[in-house]
Order: sequence, then structure tokens, then C-alpha cells
Amino acid sequence: MSLAAYAWRRLALGLVQVLAVVTGVFLLVQALPGDAAVALAGDNPDPGRIERIRAAMGLDRPAPERFAEWLAGLARLDLGESLVSGRPVAEFLLDGVGPTAVLAVLTLVLLLPISVLVGVLAALREGSALDRVLTSVSVGLHAIPEFALAVVLIAVFGVQLGWLPPTAVGVDLLAEPAALVLPLLVLLARPICSISRLVRAGMVDALASDYVRHARRLGIGERRVRLAHALPNALAPAVQQVARTADWLLGGVIVVEAVFVIPGLGTTLVDAVAGRDLPVVQGLAVVFAVTTVVVNLLADLVAFRLSPRAEVAA
Amino acid sequence: MSLNRRGFIGLTAGLSAAALAGCGGGTAATAPTAPRAGGRLRAAFAGGGAKEVLDPHLANLFVEAARSKAVFDKLADLGGDVSPRPRLAERWESSADLTRWRITLRQAAFHDGRPVRAQDVLASYARILDPNRAFRARSSLALIDLPNSRAVDDRTVEFALRRPFVEFPNALAAFGAYVVPEGAEDFTAPVGSGPFSFVSFEPGRSVLLKRNPDYWEGAPLLDELEFVIANEESARTNALLGGQVEYAHDLTPTTARSHAGGDRMTVHRSPNSAVQAFAMKVDRPPFYDPDLREAMFLLADRPQLVESVLAGSGQVGNDLFGKDYQHYAADVPQRERDLDRAKSLIRKAGAEGLRVRLDTSTAAAGMVEAATVFADQAKGSGLTVEVVTGNKDSYWSDTLKGGSLSSFRSGAMPIETHIAQRLLSGSGTNVTKWARPEFDALYEKAVSTSDAALRGEVYREMQRSLHAEGGYLMWGFADWIVGTTPNVGGISTAPANTLDWARFDKVWLG
Repeated sequence: MSLAAYAWRRLALGLVQVLAVVTGVFLLVQALPGDAAVALAGDNPDPGRIERIRAAMGLDRPAPERFAEWLAGLARLDLGESLVSGRPVAEFLLDGVGPTAVLAVLTLVLLLPISVLVGVLAALREGSALDRVLTSVSVGLHAIPEFALAVVLIAVFGVQLGWLPPTAVGVDLLAEPAALVLPLLVLLARPICSISRLVRAGMVDALASDYVRHARRLGIGERRVRLAHALPNALAPAVQQVARTADWLLGGVIVVEAVFVIPGLGTTLVDAVAGRDLPVVQGLAVVFAVTTVVVNLLADLVAFRLSPRAEVAA
Repeated sequence: MSLNRRGFIGLTAGLSAAALAGCGGGTAATAPTAPRAGGRLRAAFAGGGAKEVLDPHLANLFVEAARSKAVFDKLADLGGDVSPRPRLAERWESSADLTRWRITLRQAAFHDGRPVRAQDVLASYARILDPNRAFRARSSLALIDLPNSRAVDDRTVEFALRRPFVEFPNALAAFGAYVVPEGAEDFTAPVGSGPFSFVSFEPGRSVLLKRNPDYWEGAPLLDELEFVIANEESARTNALLGGQVEYAHDLTPTTARSHAGGDRMTVHRSPNSAVQAFAMKVDRPPFYDPDLREAMFLLADRPQLVESVLAGSGQVGNDLFGKDYQHYAADVPQRERDLDRAKSLIRKAGAEGLRVRLDTSTAAAGMVEAATVFADQAKGSGLTVEVVTGNKDSYWSDTLKGGSLSSFRSGAMPIETHIAQRLLSGSGTNVTKWARPEFDALYEKAVSTSDAALRGEVYREMQRSLHAEGGYLMWGFADWIVGTTPNVGGISTAPANTLDWARFDKVWLG
């Protein structure tokens, strides 16, 4: 099968997956206790008022009918309107995508060179003191969950020392990049560890492989052997992990957004679920599902380019 | 998910406190002495995300209430004792039978220069009362007979009521009953008559307002006021400590305790802001038995609940709403824990060995903790209380309908409003299912009695019967806690939801 045919098949499959996710999300939100009217009424749950809110939101119509209508809109790329505020769902998504994308892109831009460098260094000095230190630090760091690291960094650098803004509240992220430092550190900590470990393992394997030995016997320079022959093969397994990380970042990391007050997609999701704002939740489901499909497809294609012998599983 | 997240994130505040404690004992913050004009105050509130709106009639959250109050005015608002004070209304007078009310408007103008007229008031109320909408203030204003109300002239409104109602000014002060310009429907750039005018809005992030130099009550001291959103309490605290905001709304007693003596935060406590309670449904087993209700009243160790759940930031309650508010029955003796008597009442009710489910949730701070402490206090009484944590988003609606015992809390409102909304046969949110014709009749009598002293006596009689037999076990009143940087002055400690709470036109930066 050619690469292009493969990509098209995967995209078609992805479309089915997105539809499945959206349907699943719809059913799950229906299964949650209460609806948008109940959530909006809050601590003033006068049944008469809830009925009026329901009617005003159009929630008195059968759920399958509303879902079918929403799907028809989706076919025209219309994600509908928020039940609660009446604003178009697309606006919610655009508002949330900005901060999430800034964080995700910056994290990935820093993540790739750092983790490849760390992995390659450790592999080249396999068994040395440097390798052992890098290994211990990454295993240790990887064991700290995001929220714990965030809490400590904020307490020390944000509040105690006052070197960096403790939160991004009321801050334009791009205009005040200092507010991004702590969130980026938190987001980078674990992926650097996992990816550098994979790069190291791949590099160690590659350096010990027959083709590298063969390349050396042919008299190719050590530098070229490492960078042009060993490294691409070593990166192939890490690419999948990078894809998973990218997917995680693009979904809006809820904990990091909450601690640092960054109003990205994760916050949008939490608010929409709490408000039972079904069209917004479904819009987010579409975005997250599409992101997952596309990122994984790209990862498979990149991995295939780096190491063409790898099987392309249908 | 949300539970875990909150639990984990709660650590931040603690750690920051620990880090600060390491700084050595700071000197007590000195408040600025004289009001000063100018500057931008940034205030951090919890928000509702991108679903937030600027339509004051849709206000639901604290941040929306605070913003609405900055941009708009009501005809009346609640004073420190939660009794109505004239605002846009300069004065009110009623006919002898209390069914017609004549309101004289103050000379005030909207931000675009148009005067506030009687027609604007009628149009605003008509909008709130629109049967096709579901504005929160609708139930409070429902007794207005709008077709028979009229604008006498530009500054005089005459309201016709469907029944005699001496507490009509309470309705004028209802949550969300703001006056907007006639015909206003688009609130993307709201125009009000309040102390601040609109500059910009990013839903879920911030609202920027600027000083209204022509405000009828005198221009605010601040040049600009910015509301920013930080949903986690720890984030609001950190933002304040990090100098990113000057005002952090709704802090926990734990945070207040950690920072009370420090020099980086001034803690402001508004007593009697939120009543903390358990609600027993009196129409069904097991609490249809008044003996069992009394046993529950006697089981509660109120000082312990206040100390452990509110970290001491509050006062004990006496099973009555509205401590120190107008018409509060302060003469009813304070209930104390009496385990022996509770035991014998439980035996008398035949409830020994009974397991009762106590529904609670994280819908309001401290409810789960209070339920757990109370379940512990009930041990050894013969009655077992089982705490069940439900879904926070649908909690108030779930517990209105189902169960027999649930956690409850409420913000400030006049005692009359509390009764009308929760304790009459026809009340919309009658969670204790207290429905007694003789009590309804007392209410009708109170609200149609113009003599204040006589009326006060009727309110006290109603409260005595609630204290003896009601379904609310009101064990405490939580302080409302706000943190500011030490250079902020003019913060009032009136109960949350009243006029002076979150009132930024009186605040200044020193």
C-alpha cells in the first residue's frame, strides 16, 4: 500500500472515530445527573424556574432530536450555540485554543531538542556517571505529578522569592512571557523524562546494531554514523511518545490551567461539563478527537519516514 | 475528578503559607489612613467560564453580582442589617392598603448621558417578569401587577401590587433587579447608571471598567476597576501574594488564619454572611416526627462545628435564619448540645438503631466537612448518620426533591424573603417541606401589617415556631472572607449580597 493511500484510509477511519466519540460524549453527558437548566438554577432550584429555563434553552425537545440537529449542523461545520450564554460554540473554542496552543507549541519546541539531546548524551556515555545522574534525575522527576510540582514551584518562585508571576491571572500570555515560565517547567518536566529515556534506549540499540557496525567498517565518520544513521532509527519509537504528549498538551492540561489560571481548552471543558452545556462539550469532543486522529496519523507518517522498514499497520 | 483536583490544589495555599511563615513574623499590616483617588484595582473572583454574561438580570454568580453592582443600580439595596435602603429610588410611599406604591426616582443618568426615567424602571421590570424568560428576580417581583402600574412622570413610578405587601422595598432590592435603559437587550457593551462604566470584556477572563465621574452618589475614588477570574481559591491567594491582584474574593478560613498576621495580605471578614445548616424534610419519615427533629437539634455541637469546619471564622447559629438581621428573634434562648435528652427523644420516637442518610456535596465550601463532623457528633445517640456525597452541579435541585436530610447553606437576604422563598406552602424552594396553613397565615398577616412593631412581633412568633419545630438545623454563620493587599482601603465588612459587599466605588488604593 502506498503512503498516500494509507493516509487516506486512516483519515476515513478517523472520521468514523470522531463520530463515535461525539456520540459517546453525548450519551455520557445525558447520563450525568441534572441538565443545563438545573446547573444554571444552582442554589435557587425553584422547579417552575427550572422549567422556564429549560423551555428557554430548548431543552424541552427530545434529546435525540437535538442531537440529530446538532449533527446536521456539524456536517456544515456549524458547531451550534452554547445553551447557557447563547454565544456560538466556535467562539468558545477559539477563546480556549489560544492559550492552550501557546502552551502546547512552546512546550513542544523546547521539549524536542532538550529530550533528544539528553537522550543522545546519555546513550553515548552509556554506563558513565553522566548517564547515571541523568537516569536518576529523570526517573525521580517523572514520579512527581504535575500538580505537586506546580504547587512547589509557585510557593517557592512565585510567592516566597517573588521572581516569577505565580499565576497568569489577568495576563496576556504573549505580552508577559514571564508568566509562562512556571507552567512550561511543569508541562516539560515529565515529557522530557519519558522521551529522553526512549531516545536513549533507541540510541543504545542503534549504536549496537549490525548496520552501525557495518557503516563503521565502511569507514564512515563517527559523527556521521551517529547523527545520520543511528539517530533517525533511535527517534522512531520516541515519535509515538511525542505524539501522545502533543495530544495531551493540545487537549488542555486541566490541572496546570487551574493552578496557574490559564483559560485554555481544559478550563473550557471543566466549565462546560459543570454547566451541562452540551453543545460546548460536544464541540470540544470534536476538537479533541480530531486532534488525536491527526496527531497520531502524523506521528505514524513521520515514524515511517525516519525508519521505512517499520511496518505500516492498517 | 473535580474533587481530587480541588483536594490536591488546596495544597498550594498551605505550602505558600508555610513558605511565608519561613519569612519570620511580619508586623501587622497597617491600613491606609486617608482615602486617595486614582489607580486601577484588580479584583479576583471565581467565575463561570466563558458562559459568563454582562446582562445584569441574568446575574447568578458572585462575580456577576459584583460587576452588575459596579455598572448598574437597583431601586433599593440591602443595608448592613439586611433591611432595604433607597438607591435609585429617592423615597417610596405606599397607599394605606399597601397595594399601591409610589416610587420617586433620584436624579441620575445612564453612562451615555440619558436620564434614568420611570419608563426605564418599568421596562426593566417588564423584562425581568417576561414569562418566556427565567430571570432570578422574577419570583421576587411577581406580585407586581404590571399592566396597572404606570409612570406618573419621568421621575415617579406607581406600582400596583396583586396583594398588600409592606415589604415591597425588599423586592426592589432583590438579587438581579437592576434598572437598565428602556429597550436594552444587547449587553455586549452594557450601559448602566452605576459608579463604573464599561470598557471591555473577555468572557471567563476579565472585565475592565472605568470611573463614572457623574455618578449620582459621587464619583468613585478608583480610576479603573478590573475583575479577573481565578476559579481556584489557592490561585486567588497566590495572585494576591504575588502582587498580581489587589483584592481576592472568597478565601477559606484556613488561608485567612495563615495570613492574618502577615504583612502581605489584609484579611477582611464579613460576619453573618452565609448560614450553615442541615435541612430535615418534615413531611416524610423519619423527620416528620418533631421529637426526632428536636433530637437532631440537641445532637449538634455547634461550637465544635464552627471551630472545625469554619476554622473559627464564624458564629454559632440558633436554628434561625438571619442572625442580627432586621426582625431576627434574638430573644430565643441559644440551643446547646444535650446528648442525654437527644437519646431519650430518639428512644421516644422509636428511632433507636435507625440509619439516616445525610446528603451532601461540594456545591458549597465546608458542607462535606460539616456533614462528616455532625455524623461523628451523632455517634452514641442511638441514631447513625451516614454521609453520602452527591453530584455538586445538580445538588440543590436533587436535595429539594429527594432524601430526608441534607446539607444546606444560604447567603444573606431579608428574613421575610427567606420565609417567602423557603417556608410557605407555595414556596419554590421549600427544601424542608415546611407547609402549615397557620404559618402561611402569619406571613400574610406580617406583610400586610404597616405598624413596624406589630409586624416585628409576628415575625418573632413565626421564628419561635421554626425554632421549636422547624426543619432547619442552622448550626452556624460563616464569615465571608476577602483578602486585599495592605494598601487597599475602604473595604466594608457588611454581609455578602448586601449593598456594601464588593462595593468598589468606596474603595481606594493607598
